[in-house]
Amino acid sequence: MHFCGDFRTTYEKDIEILQTPTVRLGVAACLAFLVVFPYLVKGEYLWVGLQILIAVIGAVGLNILTGYTGMISLGQGAFFGVGAYTTAYMTTKLGLSFWVGVPAAGLVTAAAGMVFGIPSLRLKGLYLAIATLASQFILEWVFLRWEPVTGGSFGIVVPRPSIGGYVFESDRSFYYLVLAITVVMVLFAVNIVRTRTGRAFMAIRDHYISAEIMGINLFRYRILSFGISSFYAGVAGALLGHSLKFVTSEQFNIELSVAYLAMIIIGGLGSILGAIYGAIFMILLPKVLTVLTTKLTMLIPGAAGLAIAMEQGVFGLIIIFFLIFEPDGLAHRWKMIKAYWKLYPFSY
Amino acid sequence: MTTHYFLQLVISGLVIGSIYSAVALGFVIIYKATRVVNFAQGELLMVGAYVCYSFLVQMHVPFWAALCLTIGFSVLLALIIERLILRPMIGEPVISIIMVTIGLSLVLRSIVAAVWGTDILIYEPKLFPQETIGIGGVPVSLEFVWCFVLSILLLALFSAFFKFSKSGVAMRAAAFNQQAAQSMGISVKFIFGLSWVISAVISGIGGVLIGNINGINTSLYHFGLKVFPATILGGLDSILGAALGGLIIGILENLSDGFFKSYFDLSGVKEVAPYIILVVILMIKPYGLFGTKEIERV
Repeated sequence: MHFCGDFRTTYEKDIEILQTPTVRLGVAACLAFLVVFPYLVKGEYLWVGLQILIAVIGAVGLNILTGYTGMISLGQGAFFGVGAYTTAYMTTKLGLSFWVGVPAAGLVTAAAGMVFGIPSLRLKGLYLAIATLASQFILEWVFLRWEPVTGGSFGIVVPRPSIGGYVFESDRSFYYLVLAITVVMVLFAVNIVRTRTGRAFMAIRDHYISAEIMGINLFRYRILSFGISSFYAGVAGALLGHSLKFVTSEQFNIELSVAYLAMIIIGGLGSILGAIYGAIFMILLPKVLTVLTTKLTMLIPGAAGLAIAMEQGVFGLIIIFFLIFEPDGLAHRWKMIKAYWKLYPFSY
Repeated sequence: MTTHYFLQLVISGLVIGSIYSAVALGFVIIYKATRVVNFAQGELLMVGAYVCYSFLVQMHVPFWAALCLTIGFSVLLALIIERLILRPMIGEPVISIIMVTIGLSLVLRSIVAAVWGTDILIYEPKLFPQETIGIGGVPVSLEFVWCFVLSILLLALFSAFFKFSKSGVAMRAAAFNQQAAQSMGISVKFIFGLSWVISAVISGIGGVLIGNINGINTSLYHFGLKVFPATILGGLDSILGAALGGLIIGILENLSDGFFKSYFDLSGVKEVAPYIILVVILMIKPYGLFGTKEIERV
């Protein structure tokens, strides 16, 4: 909350990420919660937390591309796959460690993203969305057919990482590893969008011709945006592979891409916080739906098949409802709620 | 690759391509009139095929009546979709519209899976005769010929509709400039509804035709994804382009599949070839063969 008299009098104060004591306290509380979380819950719930952390990395990456640079990507799911297969190949076939595999996964995916981003030089909006859709299908096909590397339809079994003899075998220890990586990645993203690069992305999103007139090299920044976004996807995909201990091509289908696009739209385009909200929402939603359908099946035994079929439909309906009634996303709604309470009850 | 094999590939490509054309035409009609990118086009085809199946096989309605009922159902479905889902989205950015049609496709898919299950269903009795005839020495099933002829007829019918009928001209006017059309007394709301109706009907009939040949299952919506290569090749807002694009993609995917199978022993090229073609076209000629080039000024 900004109280009256909360002025920033130095440049150092102005560029702080967490500007008020309330925000600092809130973020500290969130981090503290994330640290004690594995001791509060176990089994299934811990697993959900792990998936949310991984999804946050992917969604933040996609939001840099789509939310900040304005380029719609329907290929994020396939880029996840590139990352997962890279680390899987490196750790199992080449015998390298996790600590080489994950950064390498990020870099290889960034390179792949830049290659598939080349059409963005000439295309935008809808045409670019269709081009990325094509890259999704092409990559999916490669995953399935390039058997020496990807293991074809059998997939690859991936080990959990280890450091100096300590293996992150339990979900709890792996959770802390992923948490550390996620915090670093999110912080990096928050900082990127405040730099010259981030402002160039936003200028391109708002009006690319004007941006070019201002001296922004369109090709360079568009490709860079694809690269950064794919790097995030690659790291997230690699972590996903190591957490599932198994990589197959079906995990990285078009539905994953759609889910990530839904995350950032529901959370809020062009907002790091929005990507985080969206990731939490979209990972929790199917779990809640599954719980509800199992309850329903217990009540009406014959409805099992029906309930499973309708799960996807409810998912689709929620996307539609959000777009119609909450087009600016959860981050925007949260801002409105804060603004309402800030001066309550004398809002004028 | 023998000439015989080559011809066979071309002919089966033409048949599948004619279905692609029909679905692509439906896609282009919606895009042209309302600027909505419909990711649920394949689902409209699938719903049409399943509804016709219900009337024909489960309720034993004669085929012509089943077809009419299917068309009626498609009209109703399109009106509901347009009014409830797409009307509130007017003026929203491209990404939201893409997402809302993706959401719609998930809903339609799950409804189909819930009502009809996921097993493959076969049309009975068969609509078209099962004999084969020889075209240039290649045996071709008569139902392929029928399917091809009917979808070409469908395309011709709707092209004529756009060229000559009053509503068709009004639709073209609205596509060209909505405000000008509105001030000339054309109801743009009506045009939006009409374009969805026409699109759903064409796709629905396409679904019935393909259902007759291959049987139907829940993966039928994949036809909707082939729409993108076809329409990008032809130009996103060109009706002639959609028709030609569909046929070309149908033939090309079959030929490349056959080529890689016989020379490189690589199967499954069919699934990916249209998208590689798509990327190549986007790099070389982004507005396709007949599409309108967008000119932007600051």
